[in-house]
Amino acid sequence: MRMPAPDDGVIARRREIIAALRAIVPGEGVIADESELRAYECDGLTAYRQLPMVVVLPGTTEQVSRVLRTCKEMGVKVVPRGAGTSLSGGALPLADGVLLGMGKFNRILDIDFANRCVVTQPGVTNLGISNAVAHEGFYYAPDPSSQIACTIGGNIAENSGGVHCLKYGLTTNNVLGVEMVLMDGTVLRLGGKHLEAGGYDLMGVVTGSEGLLGVVTEVTVRILKKPATARAVLIGFPTSEQGGDCVAAIIAAGIIPGGMEMMDRPAIHAAEDFVHAGYPLDVEALLIVELDGPPAEVDHLIDRVAEIALSKGCCYSRVSTSEEERLSFWAGRKAAFPAVGRISPDYYCMDGTIPRKALPLVLQRMQEMSDRYALRVANVFHAGDGNLHPLILYDANKPGELERAESFGNDILRLCVEVGGVLTGEHGVGVEKRDLMTDQFDEVDLDQQQRIKCAFDPDGLLNPGKVFPKLHRCAELGRVHVHKGELRFPDLPRF
Amino acid sequence: MTVTTFKPDTAAQAADAVRWALAEGTPLDVAGSGSKRGLGRPIQTAYTLDLSGLSGVVAYEAEELVLTAKAGTPMADILPMLAERRQQLAFEPQDLGPLFGQPAGRGTLGGVVATGLAGPRRISAGSARDHTLGIEGVNGRGDLYKGGGKVVKNVTGYDVPKLMAGSYGTLTALTELTVKVLPAPEDGRTLLLAGREDAGAVAALTTALQSPHEVSGAAHLPAGVAARSRVRGVAGAGGAVTLVRLEGFGPSVAARVAALKEELGADAVLDRDESLAVWREIRDVAYFCPHPNPPPLRRGGDLSPSPASVGEGRGGGNDARHIWKISVQPSEGPRVAESIRWALDAELYFDWGGGLIWVAAVPAPDAAAAIRGALGAAGHATLVRAPEDVRTAAEVFHPLPDPVMALSRRVKESFDPCGILNPGRMYAGV
Repeated sequence: MRMPAPDDGVIARRREIIAALRAIVPGEGVIADESELRAYECDGLTAYRQLPMVVVLPGTTEQVSRVLRTCKEMGVKVVPRGAGTSLSGGALPLADGVLLGMGKFNRILDIDFANRCVVTQPGVTNLGISNAVAHEGFYYAPDPSSQIACTIGGNIAENSGGVHCLKYGLTTNNVLGVEMVLMDGTVLRLGGKHLEAGGYDLMGVVTGSEGLLGVVTEVTVRILKKPATARAVLIGFPTSEQGGDCVAAIIAAGIIPGGMEMMDRPAIHAAEDFVHAGYPLDVEALLIVELDGPPAEVDHLIDRVAEIALSKGCCYSRVSTSEEERLSFWAGRKAAFPAVGRISPDYYCMDGTIPRKALPLVLQRMQEMSDRYALRVANVFHAGDGNLHPLILYDANKPGELERAESFGNDILRLCVEVGGVLTGEHGVGVEKRDLMTDQFDEVDLDQQQRIKCAFDPDGLLNPGKVFPKLHRCAELGRVHVHKGELRFPDLPRF
Repeated sequence: MTVTTFKPDTAAQAADAVRWALAEGTPLDVAGSGSKRGLGRPIQTAYTLDLSGLSGVVAYEAEELVLTAKAGTPMADILPMLAERRQQLAFEPQDLGPLFGQPAGRGTLGGVVATGLAGPRRISAGSARDHTLGIEGVNGRGDLYKGGGKVVKNVTGYDVPKLMAGSYGTLTALTELTVKVLPAPEDGRTLLLAGREDAGAVAALTTALQSPHEVSGAAHLPAGVAARSRVRGVAGAGGAVTLVRLEGFGPSVAARVAALKEELGADAVLDRDESLAVWREIRDVAYFCPHPNPPPLRRGGDLSPSPASVGEGRGGGNDARHIWKISVQPSEGPRVAESIRWALDAELYFDWGGGLIWVAAVPAPDAAAAIRGALGAAGHATLVRAPEDVRTAAEVFHPLPDPVMALSRRVKESFDPCGILNPGRMYAGV
């Protein structure tokens, strides 16, 4: 993975740039000292590190606007950053770029129960929003596993998901409005407390744009009443194929569970050894199916799920009878990543989505790759929506293992695309999967996406080097090639 | 006037037609079945790109919750196919044919996504945008490209499908779509509260929506509108009715109906058939339809045409009133409605818990200013039905703030630099 070559001309003007930023954000809001810059050198994808040229921490929308406009005028690149929990390197700094930290935007502005929404600054954590409305029994539905740390602004950049998103949607389905700043300093408001915004769904394309289109300075999200109750059932199968069949049968029966997670044998064993959740160890696949909603519904459906599991040949089934037991079912799943971390010095977490019916084939091919690369793999899987999280176990201290793990991971993601799926279900492309984009998209697809980028940021200064494998000049992308008289389908029906 | 229509059979042919238009420098009127041609700003082109020949379901995998179909596939083909597997498009797509004096059931999947319209379940299930997973289409450069994916969870690259929803064919001539499909509810009932004023009704709807009972429809029909319902329990209530829909598995619906009836002090419960019928009326704005002789109501399935307005009273027969769709923050709904009633000779009703107001207004020169003035910054208003000359002169879609308009123009140019695809359908010059 290579980042765009730093511009020596910009680096040579570092003092001038820092002075210009200090004129906008006074005092400690501009960080230029190397030891302090160190804190920003990577995000959640720690394999890649780079010191930023300078860090700026604005506190108002006006400051963000002036910082961006100034950077545009000076031809300086900008990398926005929330809490830095990205797993795809979305906030990886640039040696010749300003890192724009949004941490000071940490206030909730308006809690509006009548309209069932919250207006907040983008640096508030995902869980912070839920906590702020919990006293009235409300919550914010998307729940990425990093929810204690990740910010709502970052969630919008990445269109974050979580274990409940099959039923409750991703970030994009739960955002009502944003205020954002474009690279030229323009401040825009898209959407609001009403359900439909006029014109193009610009908010829809900004959500999940990985910080390439603008910097979000205010967010309006919808909040939901907490489900009255939740119960879970733990189901074990002798083969992963049966586990997959069971998931398909549950959905075919019209049931959309609040959460539906699957783990394979290595993941089950790692989790059980770590937290002693009481998981069965003699199964190849373990499902956690959680049903939430009114008690009458949950009781009704939990029986139906148990029946479906039996009909699909489950060899283990346990229904939670208390909140404590339900949480214990989840304890193993939620600790799966650190549990794998205990049995291997390092692990690499992948994030492809597949059509669920391809699961047996994908697991089999993954096992073959595991043998070929001589690296173990454990699988946790958002089974309801087909989002795989294979964890590749490696040891970075052994020469060549990191590279092998990365190649293995790339092969897994190519396999996801090959069977009709996609490179990333919720972690984003970032720098990590950037060079695989051509496996999923043709050049014409990527050109159209980059032209959207040009509409927002014609100089390509905002977070360059992420998402797109090749950087094009907007002028070059914008040219229209007209071929007169070249109608290739003379039989095109017309009347 | 349109003189020539291109009707491609394949996506490649559609691309060819756009390339030809680009070479000729002539714009195209991009259309599906044309059932919503009356919606949006009128455009005048010499050529039409008719996508209704691109028809057929490419893949439907109920267990994967996805359906891929060519853009011109009639909804009348898709909905029964989903119903057979007890699934649906959860955003409850509207069938606005009758509102424009046309038969029901004529729309296409591409048209549903391109207009981005959603029904009463918008409050709980989202809109067309939330269910559009992947697209393939031809941009204004004549490039056939794809965006999004064919699985329910995907964040790879920009979410191009979202931009397509509600873009009225101005960015891309869609050739294929992949949409999320979800289980259809096993049962559905509606609580009815009689005789509430707007403010009291929206307060009751708010209470219902703040409850944990998973309300999937929240509407208020003032007395004059309720009287025109063909659902006996609604028209026979003798005044305004406030409606709260609960859907899901049988035992769950029964329990929630019982609990919420008590909490709201509801006056009646509509049974499954009445519930289906009234929400179809609300969805399709049946109360303001011009049909003199409504088609007979077919039972079962989502395909049944909405019972159009009765042919009596004001607005029946030849309803020449202008129809406005107003999206507003729900708590402001009653205030906005009050202002509109004060300024215009208008009838209206509320959906989306007060957040959507459908208005039928007797034509008045200052109607747009009155409605948009009443809204202020609390929402936006679209002129859904009006004669062509009115839609040419007025701003059909809510005017956008300057910076948003400027960005929208650049986004349009990024797909269609020469203005080939439906230019001016939404905004002049876009």
